[in-house]
Amino acid sequence: MKSVKKAKSIAIVDYGLGNLFSIKNACEFSGLAATITSSAYDLEKASAVILPGVGAFGEAMRHLKKLDLVIPLRDLAASGKPLVGICLGMQLLMSESREFGANKGLEIIQGEVLPFNEKLSLSDFKVPHIGWNCIYHENDDARSKWCNSLLCNVPENAMMYFVHSYYCEPYQPEVVLSKTRYGGITFCSSFSSGNVHAFQFHPERSGREGLLIYKALAQLLLNNHKEEVDV
Amino acid sequence: MIRIIPRLDIKGSNLVKGVNLEGLRVMGKPEDFARFYYDQGADELIYVDAVASLYGRNSLLHIVEKTAKEIFIPLTAGGGLRNLKDIQNILRAGADKIFLNTEAIQRPEIIREAANAFGSSTVVISIEATKKTDGMYECYTDNGRIPTGIDAIEWAKRVAGLGAGEILLTSIDREGTGKGFDVELVRKVTDVVSIPVIASGGAGKSEHVMDVLKNGKADAVALASILHYRAIQELKVDPRAFTEGNINFLQSGEGFKKVEKVTLVELKNYLAEQGFTVRNCSPEVVG
Repeated sequence: MKSVKKAKSIAIVDYGLGNLFSIKNACEFSGLAATITSSAYDLEKASAVILPGVGAFGEAMRHLKKLDLVIPLRDLAASGKPLVGICLGMQLLMSESREFGANKGLEIIQGEVLPFNEKLSLSDFKVPHIGWNCIYHENDDARSKWCNSLLCNVPENAMMYFVHSYYCEPYQPEVVLSKTRYGGITFCSSFSSGNVHAFQFHPERSGREGLLIYKALAQLLLNNHKEEVDV
Repeated sequence: MIRIIPRLDIKGSNLVKGVNLEGLRVMGKPEDFARFYYDQGADELIYVDAVASLYGRNSLLHIVEKTAKEIFIPLTAGGGLRNLKDIQNILRAGADKIFLNTEAIQRPEIIREAANAFGSSTVVISIEATKKTDGMYECYTDNGRIPTGIDAIEWAKRVAGLGAGEILLTSIDREGTGKGFDVELVRKVTDVVSIPVIASGGAGKSEHVMDVLKNGKADAVALASILHYRAIQELKVDPRAFTEGNINFLQSGEGFKKVEKVTLVELKNYLAEQGFTVRNCSPEVVG
């Protein structure tokens, strides 16, 4: 019994930015035990790690460096263990950001983080992009990727809750899971590459549709655990 | 996309509703209303501790903590928050955003400090204003009780500059009256700030909501009476469950004639017909 519980424990990375408690509540609601932590040891011990975040990219990277979490997070991505980036946490996975000059990211996913401001063509759209918006996939390849990802239970065109001024542009389009339109821009609102998953929106603030992502994560961990036991 | 946000004013452990922020009637248990609105597709919720500034206490924590475990849309909470520690406590209880009014007016630097510590998008500034005879809109503190002499439009510009993420703009004159939003006030603010503005106070029917979105250019609306008086019927609130506060209204079993009672679903359908994009929960996941 104890090992099953351990197999489903989530570490939520606390580097001083963002509200981690709604993520913890969503994990627990979905049957996942969650710990808020800034210790590399806890990250290594957990079955999956969530990298959240609200605020500025450069500031966040400085905090991660100060806490000696950059290498552990890269190791984690390479280990095959699920790593989930949310909001700024998604952006941190990229190579670099253009927020207040160029800042290097965790360089786990090749690509960059771009500001809305430079490109918004419709003046009625405000930055930050705050509120609900649709996520969708563009073609059959993308649909099959969606159906095999943490979005598997989420209906197409579901609405999710966003709060951001920057967005990710992965260099490899095949990692893109969903897209979203805002102010004349189409941006990548989620991606996945192997064990690395990321969402620009907040699944834990996106009602029942958002919770389906946490439930899919719980299912994935259960399956991973079963495989381990079978081996 | 516009947002429809039920506003829950709280006194002690009860949901209350007044007129012009006064004469608070007990409506029921806030957690029952919160759950009801979540199920009906509310885009966010706002909790207002209606008496916290007055008594310097905070009864919000408990209600936020309870609801955050079962409601997964953004929760904004405020009323009586005085420093970064208070803000941190309410965020730890599960709120996603906080709002400040009285403390921000007394010490505007707290806006910058809170934005630096928790991110701009976490910091909402609540502006409660009354129109003076000379046409000026004056800010009030302590839930509409204390005049400040500060011009609300100038204050809105200033708080945006200090790093506020959104403005919750309440017309005290219209609050609880059902006479419609103060569209002029809202438009004056949306014209001078680029951050989202949530219009609050006065909604008495669906057309009022459309008016403030279209002509006031509000990004979101906070609604209370128009939703609560309908929710009371649906929730079948039992007055015997309440022992404190003004429960005469609940006991009387009467309706409230100043507002046309609507549900969130009806309101969103109406706004969609009027050409607004609204969020509807996917039918297959609403359970």
